Amino acid sequence: MADLSVNVCGIDFKNPIIPASGVFGYGREYEELFPLNKLGGIATKGTTLHLRTGNLAPRIAETPAGMLNSVGLQNPGIDHFISTELPYLLTKDLVVLANIAGSTPDECAEVAAKLDDTDVHMIELNISCPNVKQGGAAFGTSCDMAGEVTRKVRQATKKPLVVKLSPNVTSIVDIAKSVEAAGADAVSLINTLLGMRIDINTRRPILRNNVGGMSGPAVFPIAVRMVWQVANAVDIPVIGMGGVSSGRDAIELMMAGASAVQVGAAIFTDPYAPVKIVEEMNEFLDSKGITSVKDIIGTVAPW
Amino acid sequence: MKYIQGNYIIASKEAIARNIYSFTISCPEVADIACPGQFVHIRAKGYTLRRPISICGIDKTKGTLRIVFEIRGEGTEEISRLNKGDLIDMLAPLGHGFTVSEKFNKVILIGGGIGTPPMLPLAQIFGEKATVISGFRNASAVILQDDFKRTGAEAILCTDDGSAGIHGFVTEPLKKLLTEDKPDAVYACGPMPMLKGIAALCRESGVYCEISLEERMACGIGACLGCACRTQRNDEEYFAHVCKDGPVFNAEEVLW
Repeated sequence: MADLSVNVCGIDFKNPIIPASGVFGYGREYEELFPLNKLGGIATKGTTLHLRTGNLAPRIAETPAGMLNSVGLQNPGIDHFISTELPYLLTKDLVVLANIAGSTPDECAEVAAKLDDTDVHMIELNISCPNVKQGGAAFGTSCDMAGEVTRKVRQATKKPLVVKLSPNVTSIVDIAKSVEAAGADAVSLINTLLGMRIDINTRRPILRNNVGGMSGPAVFPIAVRMVWQVANAVDIPVIGMGGVSSGRDAIELMMAGASAVQVGAAIFTDPYAPVKIVEEMNEFLDSKGITSVKDIIGTVAPW
Repeated sequence: MKYIQGNYIIASKEAIARNIYSFTISCPEVADIACPGQFVHIRAKGYTLRRPISICGIDKTKGTLRIVFEIRGEGTEEISRLNKGDLIDMLAPLGHGFTVSEKFNKVILIGGGIGTPPMLPLAQIFGEKATVISGFRNASAVILQDDFKRTGAEAILCTDDGSAGIHGFVTEPLKKLLTEDKPDAVYACGPMPMLKGIAALCRESGVYCEISLEERMACGIGACLGCACRTQRNDEEYFAHVCKDGPVFNAEEVLW
């Protein structure tokens, strides 16, 4: 049995696997299938200052080796999260990353300030949601805006701050450097890639929002490339995600430079995916005689 | 709510109409807790998203579920390639099913096209107390009529082109029944325009109506919030989710 524990920004994770924000709600639904303490952490549903109703349906479409979503940050608001969901999750023996979003930098800062008084372990600031008209990816596609929103949130909280980056940019490395300079303690990437499907019988986009975020195995090589580039360009830890669906994928992303790994769309295919990924990582490490998963982080030997 | 994910043996497979298949699945622990109106979420090999399919039969004694589904795209086509003896990967039973009350002495069950299968477990419960109205495009798409008759329910068949049964939509016989012999409840599943018409007729007649909806879905258990449905509760608009709050809704709650 290899040591699967990792440490990100001073926070100990029993293993590196974290369900990604948006796929896992606040954990309750999947707890029907397995205990949450099998996971290293949970990135909770993106939560805003006030309740948001989200986009009209359809919000989901299948794509080759993946899917699109345009949920549009439907959530009950940060006060509900703090009063009802967070206390429950804090009893579950896993790291809680509260994913937050907002339409303006001030709104993001206000949400972060509310969390600063709680026992949440980390804040994951979403500057990359492709499915909302204000904020979201609009923050994450400009270095200046990404820096400004990170700076405001940094001032509002002492919690370890992870900034979740959009891949829908010319240079994700420049955005990562910008949020690092503005005080981010870590970055997580990649959020979904903007995509579109059309029903050729009706000539209508399948998503009511026309476009949505693409995830699933199809995006995995892009995630590996971006994690590798960013990990080589910043001094803060990188949490990797994007199309991870097996222990081998998670190992690969860590070799690219990720200190921990989030799992998203794979959970829709197999709800036990995160638990199986932990087991598969352990099997790989044991088979190679590697005693600690920490020993593989960033160990790719590029040509 | 209780649900399980597992691989279960397909005990029988039958093609019952063009592109429509019936599977009987041996899954005692799922059958034991399944209720009419719930659905199963099936993994299609090679596809990211599972496919939600309504439950058409629950046999708690034999420990089986029956599903009847139509090939609508590549995912359902992949599932249709499974054969008797193969394993089918299901997350089930899911969702909020129909409200079944012993106080109901007369009910109308309405199915449109591939919305017909979830009406069969209700027909089995209500038997002679039920009138089943099913509507299809044409005679070649007609399914489950013998199954409905075996439950003791009265079965009224409609087709859009008149090639079998009554020529016209299910709402015509419904109008007649609502005025002649008012039921305690109407249950319906089918295309949205049909459900909208049924809900309007029931509202006019003051009859309780439950409808089963479908929507593109990812997790199936209420976590991802993908399958949104506009509803109204306590005078407030609310995006409910077909997988967890539904698929069965009180028709009065749905904002069309």
